[in-house]
Amino acid sequence: MRDEGGLHSVPLPTGWDEAVRLEEDAATIPDPAQVDVPEALRAEIEAHMAKYPDRHSATLPALGAAQRVHGWCSPEAIQQVAAVMQVTPAYLSSVATFYDMLRTHPAGPGYVYVCTSVACHLRNAKAVYDAIAAEELEGYEVREFECLGACDMAPMASIDGRYVGPLSPDDAPELVAALREGRQPFPGRGLGDRE
Amino acid sequence: MKETRILLANIDEPDLHRLEVYERLGGYRALRKALLEMTPEAVLHELEESGLRGRGGAGFSMGKKASFIPKSTMDKYLCCNADESEPGAFKDRLLMQKNPHLLVEGCIIGGLAAGANKGFIFIRGEYSLQADILDEAVREAGQAGYLGERILGSEHSFDLVVHRGQGAYICGEETGLLDALEGKRGNPRLKPPFPANQGLYQGPTLINNVETLCNAPIIIEHGADSFRKFGEGNSTGTKIVSVSGNVRRPGNYEIELGVKVRDIIYGLAGGLPEGRELKCFFPGGSSAPVLTAEHLDLPFTYEAMAEAGSMLGTASMIVVDDSQPLVPLALRLAHFYRHESCGKCVPCREGTNWTVKTLERIDRGEGTPMDLDILEQVQSNIIGNCLCVLGDSMAMPVASMLKRFRPEFEQHMEEARDRADRDAFSAPELASVEEAGAA
Repeated sequence: MRDEGGLHSVPLPTGWDEAVRLEEDAATIPDPAQVDVPEALRAEIEAHMAKYPDRHSATLPALGAAQRVHGWCSPEAIQQVAAVMQVTPAYLSSVATFYDMLRTHPAGPGYVYVCTSVACHLRNAKAVYDAIAAEELEGYEVREFECLGACDMAPMASIDGRYVGPLSPDDAPELVAALREGRQPFPGRGLGDRE
Repeated sequence: MKETRILLANIDEPDLHRLEVYERLGGYRALRKALLEMTPEAVLHELEESGLRGRGGAGFSMGKKASFIPKSTMDKYLCCNADESEPGAFKDRLLMQKNPHLLVEGCIIGGLAAGANKGFIFIRGEYSLQADILDEAVREAGQAGYLGERILGSEHSFDLVVHRGQGAYICGEETGLLDALEGKRGNPRLKPPFPANQGLYQGPTLINNVETLCNAPIIIEHGADSFRKFGEGNSTGTKIVSVSGNVRRPGNYEIELGVKVRDIIYGLAGGLPEGRELKCFFPGGSSAPVLTAEHLDLPFTYEAMAEAGSMLGTASMIVVDDSQPLVPLALRLAHFYRHESCGKCVPCREGTNWTVKTLERIDRGEGTPMDLDILEQVQSNIIGNCLCVLGDSMAMPVASMLKRFRPEFEQHMEEARDRADRDAFSAPELASVEEAGAA
């Protein structure tokens, strides 16, 4: 049963409140012949594996690549990475649940990370986040994010990796409208825009 | 007051991230000198002599760290820690974005000093722009023969890989970084063995921050003595200070270590907004205990900050003005560390959660005077009791806020309780309760 607030103020990751399926065998390393992997994804993962003395080091880039294809680290995405890397799906899930940028729920495909950490907090970041979140932007994962390393442009947000700031709550409608229309929000106000 | 720009000397040069521009301004000269005119021992000696201390937070001597790497024939590695995630820190972002070749050159020199032939730049995944720029710089450097087999005809070979993280503060902890680089959850490891003996893939590993490695080419080119001319005592050289929070001109400023804190906040960063007074500041990122106006005239050095009960850390100065209530700030800070705790050690995992819950309770108006004592106890039970310092990084600043501003916490608690009481009852109800209380 899902705990709605109450005892756990930290939201539980998917699956933590589900019973273990004892009657099922543990998933093993998938047979590469049994799993269809998009050719470009396979090539990207193999290129990552070749860069390191140990292929396991490619786990983070490989999951990132699979997420770009599938939108999130879905069971299918995990299965494909596991087949190419020849590791168990459980190992990949253990990694995927650890990192903030790897999604364990369907979301996106785009993202708007609004920094609400200490330095941005001092400049009213929560109001900026609330204003953007209130717009209900589809196709984007809008979330509060911990320090993004751009306190000089606080309060700021990362829109698919492009840093934009400083933002005010009044910027929210234009930001959301631009993303809905497929325009770049606030040209000239992004990090590295002038180069 | 003026900046002392050495690392940032050419930072405004257009297209500095391109190899040809970097070379035109004297780039890769230090590498040539290190490879063709010096022995690896001499390079290591020069780094040690410079007194350069790690710029990533701990402030440990870089040369000494490199000297711990055993001189055996086993595979050794260099890791550049570019996982800059400390709230308040954004100096490495600037260096990597504008001057990536300085870092590449620093990595090659660091690899030479450590005897490593393979290097990794572990950059946080959120810095995608900077990672792309670094990728391009590594490619250019490889094409020009600065990376690969027998660089510039010397005996030294070195390969460099840019590795993107996926968003986890703990990967900035050196052993957490190693686990993440090996493709695991970024849990810190038990030390010893230290990474210098047993690090990446069990091999001896030198791990240094971006800014630290960027100093290496400067030290090699101009010599340790000229580097030591800058700074004060054991805090040698210059340091990039990232100033943020309630100041007029937030940004990166390069200063000579030893300048007054006041000159940084009120000089370079333009002071606080009109009509505002300083309440407190974090001298070295959100992990550093807060200091107050009485510390403004201290010299900004590793030693002076430690003596004042804080630390220089990453030199990320977050300035807090008098309009900011501290309870929400402490809560925001604790929230960060709770979110980022890897969960391996109980004091950190539970302590950060307790701190958040206690502060939330106080902020909601459900706090009792005992909560402040509990808060204090929780902090002291975290410090020094975990494998890494993530828990301490919350406990130290929160404890310092409590120590320096306890009356404000008490007042906030009282006001929140009053507010909660008022919200809980309608006005006539409240009046009858008050009447009953008076009777």
